[in-house]
Amino acid sequence: MNLLKKFYYGDLPEQKASANDPSLTGEGREGAAAWPLWEIFIRSKQGLDHKHVGSLHATDAQMAMENARDVYTRRQEGVSIWVVESRHVHASNPDDAESFYDPANDKVYRHPTFYDLPDELKHM
Amino acid sequence: MPLQNHEEIFQKKVDREVRIEPRDWMPDQYRKTLIRQISQHAHSEIVGMLPEGNWITRAPSLRRKATLIAKVQDEAGHGLYLYSAAETLGITRDEMIRQLHVGKAKYSSIFNYPTPSWADMGAIGWLVDGAAIMNQVPLCRASYGPYSRAMIRICKEESFHQRQGFEILLTLSTGSDAQRQMCQDAIDRWWWPSIMMFGPNDDSSPNTAQSMKWKIKRFTNDELRQRFVDICAEQVKILGMNLPDPELKWNQERGHFDFGPINWDEFWNVVNGNGPCNKERLEARVKAHEDGAWVREAAVAYANKRKTDPRQATAPSSSHFEAGQSLLK
Amino acid sequence: MTPNQPINISTNQLFNYTLHLADNNLILGHRNSEWTGHGPVLEQDIALSNIALDLVGQARNFYQYAAQLKNDGSTEDTFAYLRDANEFKNVLLVEQSNGDWGKTILRQFLFSVYQYYLYQQLEKCSDRTIASITEKALKEITYHIRWSSEWVIRLGDGTIESHARMNNALHELSEFTDELFIPASYEIEIARQGIMVDPVFINARWREKVEAILREATLPFLSEDNNKQSLSGKEGQHTENLIHILSEMQSLQRAYPGCEW
Repeated sequence: MNLLKKFYYGDLPEQKASANDPSLTGEGREGAAAWPLWEIFIRSKQGLDHKHVGSLHATDAQMAMENARDVYTRRQEGVSIWVVESRHVHASNPDDAESFYDPANDKVYRHPTFYDLPDELKHM
Repeated sequence: MPLQNHEEIFQKKVDREVRIEPRDWMPDQYRKTLIRQISQHAHSEIVGMLPEGNWITRAPSLRRKATLIAKVQDEAGHGLYLYSAAETLGITRDEMIRQLHVGKAKYSSIFNYPTPSWADMGAIGWLVDGAAIMNQVPLCRASYGPYSRAMIRICKEESFHQRQGFEILLTLSTGSDAQRQMCQDAIDRWWWPSIMMFGPNDDSSPNTAQSMKWKIKRFTNDELRQRFVDICAEQVKILGMNLPDPELKWNQERGHFDFGPINWDEFWNVVNGNGPCNKERLEARVKAHEDGAWVREAAVAYANKRKTDPRQATAPSSSHFEAGQSLLK
Repeated sequence: MTPNQPINISTNQLFNYTLHLADNNLILGHRNSEWTGHGPVLEQDIALSNIALDLVGQARNFYQYAAQLKNDGSTEDTFAYLRDANEFKNVLLVEQSNGDWGKTILRQFLFSVYQYYLYQQLEKCSDRTIASITEKALKEITYHIRWSSEWVIRLGDGTIESHARMNNALHELSEFTDELFIPASYEIEIARQGIMVDPVFINARWREKVEAILREATLPFLSEDNNKQSLSGKEGQHTENLIHILSEMQSLQRAYPGCEW
């Protein structure tokens, strides 16, 4: 069963995994001129985290940055931009979700509500 | 894990309103349906730039000119968000564009109608964008994460489009006789194509049931269409204009407006490429793409040169300009 | 400047100058907006449309100020839609046809650099309205230069084809760059009043910056004495391009006089 073998966004291998599948690479002249995909992160205002907003195509980081400015901040949505070429993003595998996240299930002591304290105690 | 189990787990997630993300397992048919729907939607945004783009250079006031540029530009942005969402499913934008250009991929038929008058900018905003919003709002909750996120962004931005369109019609409706005539004529031409935008009737729409089970769709074509008719039948009164349907009337029992039969022959005829502007629209897209090939190639060639030339490991510098760092306005 | 100030010769020259600034922006913005929906790649379609929007916005600010100066019921729209070509004061460079993407980019670049140094002066000028419009516009222009100069470099130093096309564009447009620095009558007058410096002053800085970018783009520089154009757009003498632009742009206003849109 080969259904899981796909060319995934955010996890593109260095060499195109799907080079033999024309439906995924484009053809002829276009293939050679394809612009890489970039992931765009925007800080909407000082003090907040950069948040993933989507992706776009560009030939280099500088262009990706400007495209992000033109595409994703047309309504003053940002004060800072990060761009990362999509193939450089390493993503966790959802099949590993159990081993990744479930162990934290029984570590309730990491959450503040685990500790039973009298109501009179303030400022804690 | 056997396929059966994967499908079960997948459907349970969808039923519990857990969003499906790009790397999650999904049925192949789900992936294909999404690619088809999202890319069609993206193509519609891009082709949809053309009938309105027609009027940018002829917009009758500077305010109208600026808002029309902004609107058509937004459509480019929306197309881009949607292509990005489709790309998460394992298809490239180049391939989607190729499919559009060879006629394999469809786009909304509405954009194959001509825009001979300025009032069409109003009618498109009010009716076509109105119908699109009706379709799009439920898609903000689509089960596929990237699609739903793109739709949320689009709906947020789209709200000004419909208002802009209605304002254009409202101005015409209080203008000279010629302007009122222009206004009514545009409504007459766009009304039926707009209500066809919701797609075939439920009983002849084979994919709807599966799409609803997967929570790609939330309402049937006919449900959305009825809602749209109900809203427009009221809004048109503010314009003092008429919708071109003699059978349109309030049905107390149903709590909805009844409306006349839709000419599905016309619908399929336009879908199948015989609409008034199918050829022009596609040719304009192909031409833009082909004329731009040298630009795209040059940008790649330049980037590659920079990568291989160690003395110039940077992109073209803006250091020539002192204030070059103010990237964001 | 109070709106009720009567028009005398010096306000008249300021009025002409304000229209000149507005016309430059409107016509170039209009030209750029012809690309909306037809760009070589979606991201750049959006980028150029943004520049078009900036320019139309700047034009509106100047027209609104001109309307104040004129104080006879004129509006931004009467200036844009009801004047004939010989009343337009834009430079010839901005009305030239779009050509291919390379020519459009180069035209933007040559104009933006000019605009940048000009507005740097205007930002400090004694007319408070012009100073504040240009101050805001400079932020936009800074980005226009950044964007267009990078594209000039990319295309100049890209492929053999793109290099040849840029060479071509340079050849076509260099005919129109000298006009930027030949002062019109109203420019001389307002320079004399101290509102604005003589455009000749900006020439050297413009040349230096343009040269630096062209060098990086591996493109030859415009020859020093290429003043082949005898028309003066600033004085209302235009190429046929402007006639075509206006007959399209003004069609509705001309066909249905006196209507609200």
